[in-house]
Amino acid sequence: MNFSQAFKMAMKSISSSKLRTFLTMLGIIIGVCAVIVLVSVVQGSTGQITESIESLGANAISVNLTGRNSSKKITYDKMDDLIEEYPDLIKYVVPNMTSSNAMVKRDNENITTSVTGTNSDYMNVNDREIMVGRFINSLDTENRRKNAVVGTYIVNELFGGRNPVGENIKINNEIFKVVGVLEAVSDGEEGSNDDVVIVPYTAGRTLFKTDVIRSYSVWATTSETVDSATDAIKAFLYRHFRDEDEYIVISIASMMDAISEITDMMAILTAGIAGISLVVGGIGIMNIMLVSVTERTREIGIRKAIGARRASIMTQFLIESIVVSSMGGIIGILLGTAGSVILGNVMGINAFPKFYVMLIAFMFSAAIGIFFGWAPANKASKLNPIDALHAD
Amino acid sequence: MSEKLISGAEYMIDIRNIKKIYKMGENEVRALDGIDLKIKPNEFVAIIGPSGSGKSTLMNMIGCLDTPTEGDFYIDGNMASKLKDDEQAFIRNKKVGFIFQQYNLLSKLTVEENVELPLIYAGVPQSKRKEMVKTALERVEMYDRRHHKPSELSGGQQQRTSIARALAARPPIILADEPTGALDSKTGAEVLKMLKELHSEGKTVVLITHDNKIAHEADRIVRIMDGKIVFDSAVDGDKSEVNV
Repeated sequence: MNFSQAFKMAMKSISSSKLRTFLTMLGIIIGVCAVIVLVSVVQGSTGQITESIESLGANAISVNLTGRNSSKKITYDKMDDLIEEYPDLIKYVVPNMTSSNAMVKRDNENITTSVTGTNSDYMNVNDREIMVGRFINSLDTENRRKNAVVGTYIVNELFGGRNPVGENIKINNEIFKVVGVLEAVSDGEEGSNDDVVIVPYTAGRTLFKTDVIRSYSVWATTSETVDSATDAIKAFLYRHFRDEDEYIVISIASMMDAISEITDMMAILTAGIAGISLVVGGIGIMNIMLVSVTERTREIGIRKAIGARRASIMTQFLIESIVVSSMGGIIGILLGTAGSVILGNVMGINAFPKFYVMLIAFMFSAAIGIFFGWAPANKASKLNPIDALHAD
Repeated sequence: MSEKLISGAEYMIDIRNIKKIYKMGENEVRALDGIDLKIKPNEFVAIIGPSGSGKSTLMNMIGCLDTPTEGDFYIDGNMASKLKDDEQAFIRNKKVGFIFQQYNLLSKLTVEENVELPLIYAGVPQSKRKEMVKTALERVEMYDRRHHKPSELSGGQQQRTSIARALAARPPIILADEPTGALDSKTGAEVLKMLKELHSEGKTVVLITHDNKIAHEADRIVRIMDGKIVFDSAVDGDKSEVNV
């Protein structure tokens, strides 16, 4: 007996009891659906996190000076030597001073915003554009000019949307001249990347209440040299501080690796939990199949009496359970996909299930059919035809 | 498993001193206690005996559904004792067509599909199957009702379908177990007539029954009692007692 015959027979007995078949499938449907939705949502949100980190730049290396041993300091000029020392590895060294709640005033309008002190290379490492005017340049930083570049939120709040270039603002009571406006990147909302004021790091000494720059964004020449550049910075800082606790150097790429490791773990964990329901579904199939074998003892006896071999009976029952579980799998995948898309829309992420996730879910459900169908099929194939013929 | 079966042996069924002994706790039940039975091709034999006589066990042996505890038997020259499940299934499929008292059709399949089943298990290709099913169904005048389910048929029609199923794979032996037991006398007679026709067409027909009257339709009667053959003779009076 060939496979297509066995398949036809299996389909016949499946379709002859539709409600039972559906109920048997239900465990698999729910299990597969849960796996698809959970994995897709985790992957979708991971994708979003990775995207936002990636937007920081694959070349970026974050350097933080902890300042535990305050007797030793490192100046910006010293840090800038990195570029001369490793011209093949390091392209920009951008200081990063931030005051997150500075009072910015114009006439009677005032708002609290975050002020960043940096240099002209800021534009190269942060994916920003100038909308009006110019960014701060090297003359601004050298001469400690009190110039400022503002985001669109500031323009809207303090200038009512008018061009502010050339006008003065007060930052913590120090007068700064607006020289440019940054192109909006996030709808110009409060607290977003458009709610910023950027000044030369040299001009913000009183603003930031310190001379010491604790944070730098270092830019490697290419994304391939990030790791060597990270090592170079560590070596450079060690030569200066002689203490590894004085600095933290992390490349965005390695942060990404760490994050993806965590989210992979999460995906596996959630899939595992959902997988338990799949196994429960499989046990449901086995249960129903065992009952079905008992119920169909006479049928099996007749089939054997007219010449069915063990393998034929085995194949028929095994195919039945595989078809039930795979059909459950397919329905589960469809429902899971719909569920993921709906949930993705609600959460504002792209949670459309990846193809390989669907494939694995399908293969897993088919495997459950084989695994849990085996015992009932084996039982059926080993029935003694004489006993089976005399069964009720 | 040997896929080759021989045919054209001197005896279609050759049973040599077989015993079937069941152990039920301390007790031994000798369902068959030394049976010798030789049936030539194209014989029409009735095996008769009361219930518990061992005739069902003997039928199971002839039908290759069971193996003896002791002794050997041959079906059309093929050793059929001491076989594994699948080897038995193979001989059953090729050599024996079963007709049961309760018809034993599969209720979810149509008449046509029921008759096709032994051919599927025999591995006959689909194109050839159609033809063989048609021949068998026409033989029992059931071709018109080939798309019906067994539940839509009368008892006689169901039994005719089961005869068609027994014939489909063209086995040399037809093994009928109380084929008229569930039928009224008129349809029972029709079924018996059909068995006689099959015999006249060259089949070896073995009829199992407890009814003397029905047994006399056969050419030879074998009576079983307590697992032994107590009477074996041709119906036309040419009696030859053996193994009393």
